[in-house]
Amino acid sequence: MKDVKVLGPGCKRCITAAEMVQAEADKLGVPVKVEKITDYAAIASYGIASTPGIVIDGKVVHAGGLPKSEDLARWLAA
Amino acid sequence: MSIGSIGECPPSAGPSAVKWMGWTAVALVAWTIVYSQLVPFADWVVAATHVDPKSHLGEALAFFAYDTPKVLMLLTLVVFGMGVVRSFFSPEKTRALLAGKREGIGNVLAASLGIVTPFCSCSAVPLFIGFVSAGVPLGVTFSFLISAPMVNEVALGLLFALVGWKVAVTYLVFGLAVAIVSGWVIGRFHLEHWLEDWVRNIRANATELPPERLTVVDRIKAGLEAVKDIVGKVWPWIIAGIAAGAFIHGYVPADLLATIMGRGAWWSVPAAVVIGIPIYSNAAGIIPVVEALLAKGAALGTVLAFMMSVIALSLPEMIILRKVLTIRLIVVFVGVVGAGILAVGFLFNALFQ
Repeated sequence: MKDVKVLGPGCKRCITAAEMVQAEADKLGVPVKVEKITDYAAIASYGIASTPGIVIDGKVVHAGGLPKSEDLARWLAA
Repeated sequence: MSIGSIGECPPSAGPSAVKWMGWTAVALVAWTIVYSQLVPFADWVVAATHVDPKSHLGEALAFFAYDTPKVLMLLTLVVFGMGVVRSFFSPEKTRALLAGKREGIGNVLAASLGIVTPFCSCSAVPLFIGFVSAGVPLGVTFSFLISAPMVNEVALGLLFALVGWKVAVTYLVFGLAVAIVSGWVIGRFHLEHWLEDWVRNIRANATELPPERLTVVDRIKAGLEAVKDIVGKVWPWIIAGIAAGAFIHGYVPADLLATIMGRGAWWSVPAAVVIGIPIYSNAAGIIPVVEALLAKGAALGTVLAFMMSVIALSLPEMIILRKVLTIRLIVVFVGVVGAGILAVGFLFNALFQ
């Protein structure tokens, strides 16, 4: 089970990013637990400067804008 | 990661890249051809309505029929270009460039990077904390936060399209100057203790993101994405703004505006700044109005001050920033930026007689 955190204050892009992660994981058959982190202090503690951010198993893989689905597939497969 | 996985491949100019670049070139040529036909198109629209072109209604119609497609087309081009340019930048890269920079040079760099770094207002708080906690000085962070919304491609593109390149360049230079000087002044005040407590207590290390591998196709797509995103969002504002501008063009008597917003009235600059703060519009809605005001004899300095105030100082942004700044710091921020805008307004009215 991969632990995915989507960092963002709750804007539309953050919600879309979380949905993209879930959809890509379902497509690949990778079990994931997607959690949205909306608290500003918690977001800041990951050291990013733009949202949405994506953290997989504690590692920040993406920040700012929507991820590309081929990148998502690569991160989830790693 | 296994050897030879997709991510290891370097960007290459394959057949699909050539195809994308070819279509981009075709689109640019088509754009130029259509753009050159806009004057005959507007004349045709006015002629088709059988309205006397010299009448109030005729002037308003001609303004609307010419300006709407012209502005939308120029905006699309500028936003596409900026979308491609911005794919080379990110807030994290900008932060790495700014961290530990001295004030002064840091303010200049921050304000300049504010133009090209992709930034959306919903990211303002994470960006602010991300910058400050990674060692970007407070004043330098402010220079970025002032420049990013004020000196943007929508404002510059529309000014260029409607008012001409001289005013657009002027706005660019003085918008940057306001951002640099205001950030520097705020930095001199040493107000770090006026940040909210929880912000000061965050000790986060700036995260190094895995390097992105963007191909030419990715960058063209980023430009198209920007067009879809920005033009798709601002076009109703533009049409509303052009309609307001068309009304001013056709119906508002020139003497009235020259009296209220002309150079003779010294108080019009502070009034423009104060009125501009609560008005929340983006550049798209305000610039067609700006153009019409200028055409009716309002002074350039007064109009620029009004525009900068509307775009740079807005209540929604202050409410967002209130999460990280104390009221006192917000007051200082508004005061310093407002004073800078005021100075630009007076300077212009004095320089351009």
